[in-house]
Amino acid sequence: MEEPLNLVLFSGTDDKLQAAAILTAGAAALGKPVNVFLQYWALDAFRADRIDTDHGLVAEAGEVGRQAVHALRAAGQASWAETLRQAKELGGIDIQACSLSMDLLQIEQTDLDPLVDGVEGVTAFYLNAGAGQVVFI
Amino acid sequence: MTDTITAPAQPRTVDARGSYCPGPLMELIRAIRESAPGQVIAVYSSDSGSRTDIPKWVEKAGHRLIEVTPRDGYDEIVVEKTH
Repeated sequence: MEEPLNLVLFSGTDDKLQAAAILTAGAAALGKPVNVFLQYWALDAFRADRIDTDHGLVAEAGEVGRQAVHALRAAGQASWAETLRQAKELGGIDIQACSLSMDLLQIEQTDLDPLVDGVEGVTAFYLNAGAGQVVFI
Repeated sequence: MTDTITAPAQPRTVDARGSYCPGPLMELIRAIRESAPGQVIAVYSSDSGSRTDIPKWVEKAGHRLIEVTPRDGYDEIVVEKTH
């Protein structure tokens, strides 16, 4: 079995989540397993009641960057959530919420979008990661 | 044997114009999964990444790239599902 790509998503802004979704989709297209571990503000962005809302951009985007991102979206770019849904259809993608971050945000799995497959601790994440690369976004 | 496979034949068109990277590739993969070996699929993509990404994916996946043709504002990438 090919070593998985392991993405730790920490940031909850739409630009970073979009980049992560595209990396996930590309790996899935090649049949590479992907483990996604959601922490902090990234986990917050996966709440069912706000996954499709505007999560802003990192500060370095600035006003010009914000306009560019909005223009691409208006031109029909799929949202990061939609890109992840398409990627999951290809198979091999497991999205887990960090249990500590669940406590931090005081949420239950039922509060999360169905994209999230479960809740686990960091040890389980590393065990599933095997010898694959870990990328922190 | 199965009685649901139809004759290979009509090229299938996947119009992914307006979809951004990696959307067109994902639409192609979906079409390939739904098709029988021998099926020819023409992807229309206005995303410039597709003209490099799709041929590379086709090679890695072991299918056959028939042609990449620039059209007016998009590329037509024709692929045969081989297995």
